[in-house]
Amino acid sequence: MALTFPRRAGRRRFTRRDLVVLGVLLGIPVLLDITVVWGPALASIGLSFTAWDGIGDIHWVGGDNYGNLVDNYPPFWPAVRNNVLWLLFLGLIATPFGLFLAVLIDRGIRFSRFYQSVFYMPVVLSLAVVGFIAQLVLGTDQGALNTLLGNRDDPVDWLGDSRLNIWMMMIAASWRHVGYVMILYLAGLKSVDPALKEAAAIDGAGERQTFFRVVLPTLRPVNVIVGVITVIEALRAFDIVYAVNKGRNGLELLSVLITDNIIGEAGRIGFGSAIAVVLLVVSLGSIVTFLVQELRGARET
Amino acid sequence: MTTDIRTPVPVRPPAPAPLQPPRPRRRRGRWGAQIFLTAVSLAFLAPLLLAVYASLRPYQETARYGYFSWPRELSFEYYRRAFTESGMGKYFVNTLIITVPAVIVTLFLAAFVAFAVSRLRLRGGLLLLVFFTAGNLLPQQVIATPLYVLFNSIPLPWWMSDSLTMYDSHWAVIVVNIGFQLGFCVFVLANFMRTLPQEILEAAVVDGAGVWTQFWRVTLPLCRPALAALATLEFTWIYNDFLWALIFISDPDKLPITSSLNNLRGQFFTDYNLLAAGSVLVALPTVLVFLLLQRHFVAGLTLGSTKG
Repeated sequence: MALTFPRRAGRRRFTRRDLVVLGVLLGIPVLLDITVVWGPALASIGLSFTAWDGIGDIHWVGGDNYGNLVDNYPPFWPAVRNNVLWLLFLGLIATPFGLFLAVLIDRGIRFSRFYQSVFYMPVVLSLAVVGFIAQLVLGTDQGALNTLLGNRDDPVDWLGDSRLNIWMMMIAASWRHVGYVMILYLAGLKSVDPALKEAAAIDGAGERQTFFRVVLPTLRPVNVIVGVITVIEALRAFDIVYAVNKGRNGLELLSVLITDNIIGEAGRIGFGSAIAVVLLVVSLGSIVTFLVQELRGARET
Repeated sequence: MTTDIRTPVPVRPPAPAPLQPPRPRRRRGRWGAQIFLTAVSLAFLAPLLLAVYASLRPYQETARYGYFSWPRELSFEYYRRAFTESGMGKYFVNTLIITVPAVIVTLFLAAFVAFAVSRLRLRGGLLLLVFFTAGNLLPQQVIATPLYVLFNSIPLPWWMSDSLTMYDSHWAVIVVNIGFQLGFCVFVLANFMRTLPQEILEAAVVDGAGVWTQFWRVTLPLCRPALAALATLEFTWIYNDFLWALIFISDPDKLPITSSLNNLRGQFFTDYNLLAAGSVLVALPTVLVFLLLQRHFVAGLTLGSTKG
């Protein structure tokens, strides 16, 4: 680890002025990160054991919030279910599809730049805009999809039907996710040593075998990053459902419940924090995985 | 939202050139791939094209004949209306007030941290890297509540915020964006700086350059491609952000452009063609930045792996 990096022996490395520059320019970002990110994350954990409406006194209630969350808060389990569904959808459908597109484009076909741009384009769109476009396509009164399917008279309520809408949202979210994954894999694939593939071909491996047995394992760093992105995206999903119907009626997500509890009229900050902690614990799993990989990579270089 | 763990591919040495050109591939497979990719491209573009097409046609027409009909009348009228009725100009200015300082400060601070971590061989450098990177991976809602309380309790003078607190001011959104985006930028820039030859810095040290000169005069100019890439990425992310403004701003006049679309929804009736025009307008800056600076964009996400 960096802690044991060799110091250049026998020379004083920093003058006093250097130390001031280092102190100020490292101090500001570190303080900022503590104030804005890590401090609040810890504070969320603390608040989750209290009852507070944001104005009056804070009461310590122990684990009550968690108990209520599990037993007395109807939207909680649907939200958990939707987040898990979101994760599975991105992980099992969108991510592999992005990888597939990257592999196709990487084979050096014509117009590859065009395809690359088109697939990546949705990534730069605001999820709020994606939400509105989804309404345009999926709306009941004159939505494009219903028109296309020829059932304008008896339209399917793609966004209103609580059994359907979550799937529509996941497809819309995948629209962005696929391009992102594709770009990451495309860069990874370009850096794979072609000699490796040739060696596999000489040994008699088929194209599929070469990919799964030789190429994919060498992409491990990219795989880790894509995996983490997928998990984090699934946990962070928010804007798109919020833009469509504020995350109600089948579109409950943990992120929406937190937002509702802390900025809604209810002002149940302690309770909202308890949901936030649930989210934190789940995301920490993937963050730790990622960091372990990163540390390993940094040690090698 | 800034859906954001955006992480570049770690650095790898560039692959050596193949000894011989790859064999020509099978023709049939190529045609199949072309057809497939064209179909997927169409599917990807369709929603955008539909939004543009709808925005050019009057509501009465599409209500009667549907979206898949030949146009009888095309005009930019909805764009004019979307721009004026939603007050988009004002919101766009708000977005710039938030985005521009946030991007500049983030890049500056992140560049120095990355420099210190990757070039100065400080003790605990890696720990610092972890500290920042992990922060970027937390879901935003986890930190939202305490920040809301914190900003409410920080007083600001009148000339900085007419709400007299940090809450309900652009400062809150700027500071949060900086703090939150630092992690990603530090991570990318540290990876990039690691690939620069250490000799350059050593030469500067021999010449008696202090830390600031090593950073500002020697290292930073070499990072221009990385900084350009990050600037374009960060611009779109902060521009697209939705949640921070929603939580930390209550005065509708201070909201950024992503929130302005809601003004186009009527209470009882929503003209979707007007909304489509609004969506296109909101998306336009990021799409333009993407199309014009595409090279930087992709480089930003994949920095290091396609070096050279």
